[in-house]
Amino acid sequence: MELTSEERAILAGERGEAQRRALEYQLEVGRFWGAKRFVPVTNVHMMGDIEVMGDGGLAWLKEEADLGARCQVATTTNARCIDFAHCDRLGQDAGEVAKERELIATLRRMDVVTTDTCINYQTVYQPHLGEHVAWGDTGTVIYANSVFGARSNFESGPAALAAALTGRTPEYGFHLDEKRKGTFAVELKARLDDLADWGAVGKLVGESHQDYFAVPVFHGFHRAPHADELKHLGAALASYGSMAMFHFVGVTPEAPATLPAEKMVIGEKEIESVYAGYKLGDGDARLVVFSGPQQSLLEMKKLAELFHGRKVQGSCFVTTNGAVLAQSRDLGYAQALEKAGVSILQGVCFYILQNLSLMRERNRWTNMVSNSAKIVNIIGAHRFNTILRRTADCVEVACSGILK
Amino acid sequence: MKRIQVNQAYGPVVEGEALVSEEGFSPRYDLDRWSGLITKPGHRLEGMSIVDKICFFPTAKGGIAAGWAFYDIKWKKIAPKAFVFGVTNPVMVQGAIFAGIPITAGWSPQPRDVVKTGDRVRVDPARKLIEVL
Repeated sequence: MELTSEERAILAGERGEAQRRALEYQLEVGRFWGAKRFVPVTNVHMMGDIEVMGDGGLAWLKEEADLGARCQVATTTNARCIDFAHCDRLGQDAGEVAKERELIATLRRMDVVTTDTCINYQTVYQPHLGEHVAWGDTGTVIYANSVFGARSNFESGPAALAAALTGRTPEYGFHLDEKRKGTFAVELKARLDDLADWGAVGKLVGESHQDYFAVPVFHGFHRAPHADELKHLGAALASYGSMAMFHFVGVTPEAPATLPAEKMVIGEKEIESVYAGYKLGDGDARLVVFSGPQQSLLEMKKLAELFHGRKVQGSCFVTTNGAVLAQSRDLGYAQALEKAGVSILQGVCFYILQNLSLMRERNRWTNMVSNSAKIVNIIGAHRFNTILRRTADCVEVACSGILK
Repeated sequence: MKRIQVNQAYGPVVEGEALVSEEGFSPRYDLDRWSGLITKPGHRLEGMSIVDKICFFPTAKGGIAAGWAFYDIKWKKIAPKAFVFGVTNPVMVQGAIFAGIPITAGWSPQPRDVVKTGDRVRVDPARKLIEVL
């Protein structure tokens, strides 16, 4: 790789051991992908919690902080695994809760802004067209590349932190013009009235084109999609297809003037086939989850309206970040949800909750119902049978105790 | 000697027993991160251990969380000796390099034609070569 004089100085240890190690690691990653150089990044979003990194990761992080590791650019954190207000009631392990507190303190020592959110693109930072960033989780990356026209690869926790410490990332993948071109076209003929429908589109397109470098081009939709719809579309494409970018003609900034040759069409029949494809198992309707990604303020408002005057029969969880929750309290949405018996978890994602498998066993949950196609896909490792339903149908399942 | 040429590679030369999968892999979706056993119900390698193996997987599955998982299993001493992928993604590569586990991507010919589970193989990243011993 071509190195600048500044990068050579970092490798010579002139900016300290933590930066030297970080850049050496990035150099190996860059070499693997054939990167020619580094690009400066303006913003980093990283995943780091005790469930994903374990004791080894925490020990490494503390060593880094002791070496003087400090973020060179604004760095925020993704959703984590512990909700400190609910951890006792959820049966989360006290030892792991203590480690999570230690982990957060360590990140803050390194100047990381612990926002604990997977919707940073809705609530914290909106990069501009062509801006290079280093983000993870996958839902944040696909939104940045597609909707904002910013540039990021999937950056895992260690890789994002390295970018934070050096202020740069290797230039490969979606940092390059040639990787950002659409590779196949998808005509949207369905109505897509509900957020879950957008997740279903992501499932259909992602499952049939599993490839990090596949870039679908959506076109032909009958109206302008809104931000939460694109959020569910992107999260599902990334989850089912490992995709990091899409275009949407008339909507996203880098959408092409001419469509790629390969074409697929999604109509009502295809969407309905997604819903029909879920097995209901033993009919267990006691767990309904709105999470993955965390809820935006407008999703909170919608849920508050749907749950108004109703009562949850089993368990219903909503996850969001601290900022959205605070405003939801000001606006009365949170109170409406809690009055209906919904548990609102802050700063977490349901699927990475520490102790989730044990929680499932203790509650004898067998099914999980959600309006998020992403969480329906990824929670399988915890041995839930998962079912995607539209938002209002999920509320109905939660309050009637009947799964249809 | 049977050989597989790979396109991209990282790490030192390693030798070990092959574990050849027809299905893709995620350390988050498929693996018990305490035993090193593949536990995802219905995975083609369900019940098999990846510990100290040279693992051949056609594709990479999973999201960002996989990036910490390789370091975690290395710390717990249940890591494989190397990952050999047909198609991979940045997270797998970032994770393997972070953990110091050799990793390769792209292959010719297909492993299924030249290597089977239990064979002894050598991964030579500098030469972008895998040899069946």
